[in-house]
Amino acid sequence: MSLEKKDVERIAHLARLAVDEADIPDYARDLGNILDLVAQMDAVDTTGVAPMAHPMEVSQRLRPDEVTETDQRERFQAIAPKVENGLYLVPQVIE
Amino acid sequence: MHNMTLAQLAAALQEGRFSSEELTRALLARARELDAGLNSVVSFAEEQALAQARHADARRAAGESGPLLGIPLMHKDIFCTDGLRTSCGSKMLDNFIAPYDATVVARLAAAGMPMLAKTNMDEFAMGSSNETSFYGPVKNPWDPDTVPGGSSGGSAAAVAARLAPVATGTDTGGSIRQPASLCGVTGLKPTYGRVSRWGMIAFASSLDQAGPITRTAEDAALLLGAMAGFDERDSTSLDEPVPDYAATLNEDIRGLKIGLPKEYFGAGLDAEVGARVQAAIEEFTRLGAEVVEISLPNTHLAVPVYYVVAPAECSSNLSRFDGVRFGYRCEDPQDLEDLYKRSRGEGFGAEVKRRIMIGTYALSAGYYDAYYLKAQQIRRLIRDDFLRAFEDVDVIMGPTSPSVAFRLGEKTADPVSMYLSDIYTIAVNLAGLPGMSVPCGFAEDLPVGLHIVGNYFDEARLLNVAHQYQQVTDWHQQTPAGFE
Repeated sequence: MSLEKKDVERIAHLARLAVDEADIPDYARDLGNILDLVAQMDAVDTTGVAPMAHPMEVSQRLRPDEVTETDQRERFQAIAPKVENGLYLVPQVIE
Repeated sequence: MHNMTLAQLAAALQEGRFSSEELTRALLARARELDAGLNSVVSFAEEQALAQARHADARRAAGESGPLLGIPLMHKDIFCTDGLRTSCGSKMLDNFIAPYDATVVARLAAAGMPMLAKTNMDEFAMGSSNETSFYGPVKNPWDPDTVPGGSSGGSAAAVAARLAPVATGTDTGGSIRQPASLCGVTGLKPTYGRVSRWGMIAFASSLDQAGPITRTAEDAALLLGAMAGFDERDSTSLDEPVPDYAATLNEDIRGLKIGLPKEYFGAGLDAEVGARVQAAIEEFTRLGAEVVEISLPNTHLAVPVYYVVAPAECSSNLSRFDGVRFGYRCEDPQDLEDLYKRSRGEGFGAEVKRRIMIGTYALSAGYYDAYYLKAQQIRRLIRDDFLRAFEDVDVIMGPTSPSVAFRLGEKTADPVSMYLSDIYTIAVNLAGLPGMSVPCGFAEDLPVGLHIVGNYFDEARLLNVAHQYQQVTDWHQQTPAGFE
């Protein structure tokens, strides 16, 4: 499967990944090759086969709705790129 | 001391031949010296390891004992360690110091195991050669021009080079078993849900599983016993009792039924590797096992299915790395979207970006049914092949990897050729089964691994079978030149 430059740009945008312009042809080729590999699935008739979400058919456990976490904001924010007054700072979002 | 197995070290510590502090100090010095040529370690934990060793000695002096008390180990740098960098092999987490310990780390620390170091790995565990690491490739101790396998290549190389008696690894598509095979050590991927994934940085959540990398099956039994067990903090952890894996190692394997899938011995398998695996199976027949030819007809679909399921789950899991709360942030972001895109674009390496993009594409509007849903349907067919086989046989055997260690740089230009090096291991993750790699000889002077796959929660049998093989062979005792 061949991918165009604009396909790679669209996927990279959806994934919020900045990709160097110069690398786009390589990504297009490699992603195309991977999708060719994956295309072997097309030959399989899967009519009536239930998708397998868990090998042992286990579903998510429930637990009592109780507070189990303590407040560790300062510890967690100590590793953040930018914080101020207990808030995570990012570039201005709304004018 | 470095040539002793975990079991031998435990006996020596108990007899008082040396202390955990002496052992830890010796291994740290050895690792510091010999790792310079291997690059198997990302971060050393000297001070903490020595403090843990002294604590283990104090516990022993107070009358405690245990097979792991005072035995040092290394952890793959995918497990969060409180206060020590957890990089996951990525620039994205080069500055990340986790505020908590992974369950695996906490359990082994509580058992009294000093942590010597965190080991190198493919970035976010995505790779089969350790070449995608931000910290550079690991060298295979058997030949520094070859790869150690991946993604747990640092752990496998460190154990092979006798820098640590044992190490932890994780396995999403073969990342414990393939490097164990290429480095000539023993590696076990447990049943999905057997070992807690809490604090283990997620790659593909429906496949990821942690396990031991050791020199012997006996050591793997001892380490797995302490790693395994229910953890309420991992929503996929299964609440099954943990057997005493060491207790059944010596059981007789006469009458064991070994399934040999014809699909595992066909085109693509190196002839010499195939010959070593056949020789290992003949050894099992001498031990009284019975060999049955079986078929796993959907084997050829495992790699295609995996390269939908794993990237889809990775694209979702890795969306948390956005440059806001922890990890890498780009310089001088112009707006929020620029912050996201450049932090991720600069923080992730090429292979991680490829997989995120494949996963994003497979999950994007209009493609979900053709890719993810289809893959999950075929995943069931692959799982059902194994379930049918296990109606007739106790274990399945074959090669772990289609070739011995390949050369550094040999497959980096072609991702698909790299993916095919996991052709025998991937189906086991898709099915959620336990699998093990055990050294079974050499081809071109490089180690060959025997792959042993068991039914759900049958780790005790895998370890028993591997241990019995290791009683009559000495492949697992071979040491690479320069590391004796």
